[in-house]
Amino acid sequence: MSHKSAEQLNAEARKHLDALLPRKDALKPKERMAIPAQEMPAQDPAERRRNVSEVALGYSQEQARLEALRCLQCKNAPCIEGCPVRIDIPAFVKAIADGDYQKSVDIIKRNSLLPAVCGRVCPQEVQCQAPCTVGKALKDVDKAVNIGRLERYVADWERENQSFDVPAVKPETGKKVAVIGSGPASLVVAADVRREGHAVTIFEAFHKPGGVMIYGIPEFRLPKKIVQMEIDTLAAMGVELRTNYVVGRTRKLTDLMTKDGYHAIFVGTGAGLPKFMNIEGENLIGVFSANEYLTRANLMKAYEVGKADTPIMPSRKVVVLGGGNVAMDAARVALRLGAGEVHVVYRRTEVEMPARVEEVRHAKEEGIEFHLLQNAKRILGDEYGRVTGIECLRYELGEPDASGRRRPVELKGSEFMIECDAVIVAIGNDSNPLIKQTTPELNVNKWGHIIVDENGRTSIPGVYAGGDIVLGAATVILAMGQGRTAAKAINEYLAG
Amino acid sequence: MMTVRAPLIAEERKPGQFVILQLDDNFGERIPLTIADADPVEGSITLVFQTVGKTTHRLALLSEGDKIENLVGPLGQPTHIEKVGTVVCVGGGIGVAPLHPIAQGMKRAGNRVVIIIGARTKDLVILEDRMRAIADELIICTDDGSYGRKALVTAPLKELCERDPKPDMVVAIGPPIMMKFCAETTRPFGVPTVVSLNSIMIDGTGMCGGCRVTVGGQTKFTCVDGPEFDGHLVDFDNLMKRLGAYKKQEDMAHEKCHLEMEMEMEMEKRNLKLET
Repeated sequence: MSHKSAEQLNAEARKHLDALLPRKDALKPKERMAIPAQEMPAQDPAERRRNVSEVALGYSQEQARLEALRCLQCKNAPCIEGCPVRIDIPAFVKAIADGDYQKSVDIIKRNSLLPAVCGRVCPQEVQCQAPCTVGKALKDVDKAVNIGRLERYVADWERENQSFDVPAVKPETGKKVAVIGSGPASLVVAADVRREGHAVTIFEAFHKPGGVMIYGIPEFRLPKKIVQMEIDTLAAMGVELRTNYVVGRTRKLTDLMTKDGYHAIFVGTGAGLPKFMNIEGENLIGVFSANEYLTRANLMKAYEVGKADTPIMPSRKVVVLGGGNVAMDAARVALRLGAGEVHVVYRRTEVEMPARVEEVRHAKEEGIEFHLLQNAKRILGDEYGRVTGIECLRYELGEPDASGRRRPVELKGSEFMIECDAVIVAIGNDSNPLIKQTTPELNVNKWGHIIVDENGRTSIPGVYAGGDIVLGAATVILAMGQGRTAAKAINEYLAG
Repeated sequence: MMTVRAPLIAEERKPGQFVILQLDDNFGERIPLTIADADPVEGSITLVFQTVGKTTHRLALLSEGDKIENLVGPLGQPTHIEKVGTVVCVGGGIGVAPLHPIAQGMKRAGNRVVIIIGARTKDLVILEDRMRAIADELIICTDDGSYGRKALVTAPLKELCERDPKPDMVVAIGPPIMMKFCAETTRPFGVPTVVSLNSIMIDGTGMCGGCRVTVGGQTKFTCVDGPEFDGHLVDFDNLMKRLGAYKKQEDMAHEKCHLEMEMEMEMEKRNLKLET
């Protein structure tokens, strides 16, 4: 497929739009479904694979309005059912078709605090866009209304065009709430609790706030200035931010209540403990967890060679193990750090890959090679302990396992070698042990995830939790949804 | 040696724990340093470091009243301290600093504490007076014989293990090669030996896994499972290779830092300001 520039896409959209806009409210479903699904303008793959600027450029106004006209405004709105935070999707899409972008973003913000983030990183094809009537009728989920891209459009429109109002905060209640971690769940809790007039302090272990949105998701997929703006908004609302503060070490969880006078706590510390495979050679030099690789690149800015003090050793040929968004991010970062070849090794097929479809497509366009139904058996090194290659096994799909996905079964004797000088392990995270190590009264399950009830309450009165520390590795939107729920419960707890 | 105001860390820290610091928010590296001492009343901690790279070099140039941009801690599991009988504490070079609070804790718990301090030469022996105040027996060794015994720390350690009764526990902190040979020395005597590892880290909270080490055939994270491990189970050869992973970049950065500093001094002499 040849690459279409943003200008081309916009020109095509304008042509359609000029014809349709005069009778936009009179369009028949058939006419709406005949409108071509609007492609996301993107940087040319040949250029972007060597820069860190954002890959997806966002719809033009014409593309956004045209895409919005594709929506059938279904009465039963199956898309809302597919949204973890139940945004009124037909209403916000209609507002775009009408050209009322402020109304559109206001509708989204009733349910979601971070539309600029979610519009970029949500896996829409398995959420709101999966049950979309248009996609179903056209028998292709890729042809569903591009709800995520529209969400991003209005969020960006607001950021670029509107003077920004700081959300109103009710009079001070004198109650104090500690929010631990500063990822998506925590940011939502901080905002929702602060609005009710409670004093909020966010405690972050790193020197910069934003959690996975800062250290994990790369700049080319989620520009840091977008996250920074959300943090600045919280600061303007009077939320206190304390970086370099590791709850569980700098202060024990319960000491925040007994010694420092916090009335309630939200734990949103994420799933930060990378999994390894326990195979031979995984501690060789040149083997990284995806977390380490991405943190060196994003938070510590290793891509600014010569400026950053935290380097990543240069690699010629990189193998990434895993098939999720983190694997895609790591592979594409490796490319941008100058690797000649990047290979993704995943033990199932592309259908089972948990990564967003768009990320897989972007990765392929950038020249990343995919090796499906293969998995690492051991990593080999030289006498200096540096990686020289990886031995893999081929797999086939067997019977479905507990997750409902067909289980990969290894083919005996199918070993083969991939020569490489770096291996990035991106097979997920376990729960971070710091808080549970020093808070024995906090109940966790066998994976170390904090156990909560439907309101986000933990086993300690006044302590709530949400996001990946509860869910295991999940998504930004699910973390946000849990934050919302917990914030509501905290506000009720403090009012009572 | 440097005293840093950090009231929360001073209050919470326990022997065996460390901090991570960063001198520049944007481009600085995060380096782990062990806490040598703390004064919770004054709200300060003592850090001892050796200038080996760019950050430690810049750190050494700070003057009284200067600020460290980012400091986080205390990190790592505290040392398990209990009364076991006789504890031999072996400190090599800069490793004497983290050993100090551990020796102190062991003594307070009612152990008989024998301390061995090893250094290349007399000038590099640190904390001698503080250690002497704790020790029931203090042995100093230098590689060149300029002070104390001319020996490696393993020589007196072996003699102590040959005594009857042999020590109940050994704590060894120093360069990895020293800890490796201390562990090899005590292994035939079956004396439990704890070592404290200082691997490459970024976050220090378990998130990145860069600090992983092989202990008894299993992968462990120095920052959350350690920094202390059973010396008889640690794969020191792997640790030493991993510590050297960025040697080239570190040396280049350090050299560049020297050049920059020389330039700054030269500019200062000429009363110019460096535009950055």
